[in-house]
Order: sequence, then C-alpha cells, then structure tokens
Amino acid sequence: MNFSDFPRMAARVLVRHPARSSLMLLAMSIGVAAVVVLTSLGESARRYVSDEFASLGTHLIMVSPGRTETSGVGPSMFAGDTPRDLTIADASAVARSPLLGDVAPMVMGQANVSWGGREREVPLIGTTAALRRIRHWTLAQGRFLPEGDPERDSGVCVIGAKVRQELFGPRRALGEWLKVGDRRCRVTGILAEEGRSIGLDVEEVVILPVAGVLALLNRPSLSRIMANARSHELMDRASDEIRAILKERHQREEDVTIVTQDALLATFDRILLALTYTVGGIAGISLLVAGILIMNVMLVSVSQRTSEIGLLKALGAPRDEILRLFLVEATGLSLAGAFLGLLLGILSRLAILRLYPVLPLTWPIWAILAALLTAFLVGLGFGVIPARRAAALDPVAALSHH
Amino acid sequence: MIKLRQIERNFEVGDQIVRALQQIDLDIGEGEYLSLMGPSGSGKSTLMHIVGLLDHPSAGTYELDGRDVTGLDDAAQAEVRRSKIGFVFQFFHLVPYLTAAENAELPLVLSGVDPAERRARVAEGLAALGLADRSEHRPDQLSGGQRQRVAIARAMVASPSVLLADEPTGNLDRSSGSEVIHLIEDLHTNRGLTLVVVTHDPEMGGRAKRQIHMIDGRIHEDNARDSA
Repeated sequence: MNFSDFPRMAARVLVRHPARSSLMLLAMSIGVAAVVVLTSLGESARRYVSDEFASLGTHLIMVSPGRTETSGVGPSMFAGDTPRDLTIADASAVARSPLLGDVAPMVMGQANVSWGGREREVPLIGTTAALRRIRHWTLAQGRFLPEGDPERDSGVCVIGAKVRQELFGPRRALGEWLKVGDRRCRVTGILAEEGRSIGLDVEEVVILPVAGVLALLNRPSLSRIMANARSHELMDRASDEIRAILKERHQREEDVTIVTQDALLATFDRILLALTYTVGGIAGISLLVAGILIMNVMLVSVSQRTSEIGLLKALGAPRDEILRLFLVEATGLSLAGAFLGLLLGILSRLAILRLYPVLPLTWPIWAILAALLTAFLVGLGFGVIPARRAAALDPVAALSHH
Repeated sequence: MIKLRQIERNFEVGDQIVRALQQIDLDIGEGEYLSLMGPSGSGKSTLMHIVGLLDHPSAGTYELDGRDVTGLDDAAQAEVRRSKIGFVFQFFHLVPYLTAAENAELPLVLSGVDPAERRARVAEGLAALGLADRSEHRPDQLSGGQRQRVAIARAMVASPSVLLADEPTGNLDRSSGSEVIHLIEDLHTNRGLTLVVVTHDPEMGGRAKRQIHMIDGRIHEDNARDSA
C-alpha cells in the first residue's frame, strides 16, 4: 500500500461514519481544550503574581520579628519563644546603612474609624513617608505622611479611596478630623485607586504615622521593616548588614527573619508552577478518558467491521497493514480532535477575556504542544488494542461473520 | 499450476478433532474450469480456502506456479493473494460505506498502484461488466446482481490468474444468477482465467468441464481423473 493511502482510507472510514467519529472527536476535543485552558489559566495566575511582585520594586527586603527556622537548632531555641521586639529605633538604625535606600517601619492592625456618625472597621497601617516610595503609591489628593522623626505622631492620616467614599460620600475629606480608635487624626491625603498589591487592598486602608498606631494598638513591636536595597546586586550584602545591625542591637541574638523579594517571588513561582502542572495533569485525565472512549468505540468498530477486515485480508492485505490502517484511524481521529480542542480553547480564551479583561491570559506553548502530543499518543496507545485485534482476525472466520 | 499433495486439514472442536480434508491430491492446470461440489460439510469450502491461501493445511504441500507456498508467512501469502488470486463470495462482501468504484479499487490500493492508474483500471473494469453508470453508488443502492458484478470487477481488477468463486449465485435470483455465471465464464473463455466454482447446485456445477465431488473431506469423484 502507498503511504498516502493509509490516511486516505482512514479519512473515508471516519467521514462516512459521522455519528461515531463526531462522538470521539467531541471527547478528544474537550480533553485537549481542558488542558489548554486550565494550564493557560495557571500560567496566567503565575504571571499575574510575578507582575504584582515586580510592582513592589525588585530590591525589596522584608524584616519580621522572630526567627523562622524549619530545621536545625538555632539560637532562638535557647532564647525561648518570645523574640525581642522590633522597634522604631531598630528601623532607624537599619536606615543608616549606606547599602539601603528607603527603609520603612510598619505596624498593621484593625481599628474602628468614624466620621460624622459613620463608622467602619478598617485595616490600619502605621508607617513613615518612606513606604510610599517603596510601594510606588500615588495620591489622588493631598499629601502622604510627612517626613520627619518616626518616633513622633504627627496626628495626620492618609485614607484609601473606598474609605473616603464610604465615610465622606460626596463631601470633602481633606482637612477633616477622623476618629481612629480612641485617637484623632487629620486627613491629609487620599490614595489613588489603582494601588492594589499582594495581600492588601490599598483602597480600604487608613495609613497613620507608625508611632501613633503602636500607641493606638498598644503594641510594643513593629510588624515588619520594609527596606529597599540600593541596587539588585547589593541585595545579599544588604540583607547581611541588616542582620548584623539587628544582632548587634538585640544582645547578639539573631531573632529576626529576613526575606528578600527574590526569594519570595521564587517560592510563589514554584508553587504556582506546580499548581499549573497539577491542573494540567488533572485536565490530562480527561484526555485519558477520551482515549478510553476511542478504544471502546474502535473495539466496537472492529467487531462490526469483522467481515470487512476479512475481505481486506482475502484481497491481500497483510496483518501489519491492517494494524497500521486502524492505528492511522485512531491517531488521525485523535489529532483532528486535538485541533478541534485547540479551536475550542481559543474560543474559551476569548470568552474569558471578555469576562475578565484584566487577566493577563497567556498561552504556554509547552501546554499546547503537550496537549497535541498527548492526544496523538493517546490515540496511538489506545488504538493499539483494537488494531491488533483487527490484524489478528482469521480471514476465513472473519469472512463468514455476519 | 496448482498442485496439492496429501493435504489434510483438521479442526479442533472442543476435545474432538474434525478431519475436514483428508489426503487431497489435486492438480489444476492453467486455464482450467473446474467445479467443486458436495453437500455442506464435505470440505469443499475448506479446500477453496486452502487453494486461496486464506487457510493453512495441517499437513501436505501446496505448489502454486511451481513455487511451494505451504509455509509462507503472512506477508508473503498476502502478496500471492494480491497478485494471483481473485475471490467472489456468496454474500458479495462489498464494503458498505464505499462506492462501487471504491470497492472495486481496493485490490489496487493494497497493491500500491498509484491513484491515476487505479481510476482508469477501475473505470475500465466496471464498464466491462456494464456498471459504468453505477460506479458512484453504494452497495445498498445496487441490486443483488449488480453487487455481485461489482465483486467480480473487484476480483478481476488486479488481473489474477485464478478466480475462486464460492457459491457465486447462492444469494441471487435465477436470472441475475445466470447473468453472473455467464460473466464469469466469459472471463474464463476470453482471458484464459483458471476458474474454480464451489457450489452445491448440481446444475451450476455441471456447467464446468471438470467436476469434482467431495464427501466427508475426500475427493469422491473427479471426472478428469476418472476419464483419464
């Protein structure tokens, strides 16, 4: 048989059994579409998170109180469970390092905020003017916290756009006095709406001087210190220096955890990549199901076409040509299903983009290739049993089969 | 051209051995017209399957055109079937989803003849059997006689030297049956085709010059041998 006659004969079989073929096409295309769409969503989530991190600035170092260790015997084992407080003075000492640009102490909590009889519970951030530069926040109106001694509470606050809307409605907020917990502060700025970063909806927060929030929440320790290394190359040295400064200040005790943004991003990246693979793998199960369906339908087809196979043998088709014919049929069908599935995937992508225009939906090329390859292998793999059964038929028995 | 020596064919049915063919010695010359007759179960179909290389004898040797084909492997046997043997069956065995032309084309496809030549030879073959205007019809759009003519066109398209016809009229009414048998006989007369017709119908078997009667897996009567 000519090479080109295999696909030609297979195509004829498939086209002239439309019900059977479309059933298998449907199963295969749904499987492929699922793999492509789900991995694409996973990959998009990964990109989204990376972009968010990048928006924080790439030289970021975060210092939190207490030492997190997953293994080994660290000094904190002997120091007991309560770490030393991370103080504003610590932050100021760190800020004197020439390796660091901006350094912002941060304390976070919740408090009731009220104005003119309206009250809401909102997340509070106590910090200094440096945080705005670290996080690249912009203001819709007014000014951010003033520069100056971080130990002093200047009695001002900056509010998120949503807080402004809910407390003040259409009225002017700038210059008004807010009641935050048992303290009062004057609104000097309103954050622009675009600021949304990981774990924090900037539209909903109230930002006050760090000293004020520590007093308000009655806390001895900062939640963390955020610092910017002067350059990406200085990150490691800067981390070491922060560790050394704080060790010096904490009675030679290493009791802080320092995380660089790179490390954090790498962790998230690994998690999300694993997630993408997992989701893709789960979708791959639907490809297997499609393969089993193909095998099933092909087995039925072989027994329905027994006398046809007997005839082909009588006409001089050797065993391996019969085998190849059925394999070409199964793989051809799988590949056709796969391409149909890609088309389905493209359509779903357009639909998703319509519903969620902000999602940076990408097509991982590896997922598309993997889906096509899997579809091909599934067709081949699950085609083998029916094809072998067809090839092994005894011509005399097959011819007398009705 | 066909030389069978001491052919045996045994089937195992449960724990019993059925001896379908016993001690068959048979020579068929080129261009001979021969009928194999006998009641059902006499072994005539089994003998035809062995001559057509669809079945292997349990013992004995088979020579075709001077070549021992008894022990050939599957691929080599298939090659012999493609090039030398044509089959016509009682139930036509047309592929239901293929048109008449596509059915008749199958042996050429299997032989790897290129498509342009295939079309020409199929058109010629169908025209010779009066089916030129039926080539795009599916089997279910054809009468029984037309179907068997498509099957004959298919059997002949690769120009075999032997035509094996197994009850070729068994599923046809009288008039299309006689039409079909005349077509086959014409092929024998005009092309010098070796023709073996398997039948239980004495009237049709009687048309052949050489008549072999089989009973219980043995050649009971062979008018060529008896007269010789």
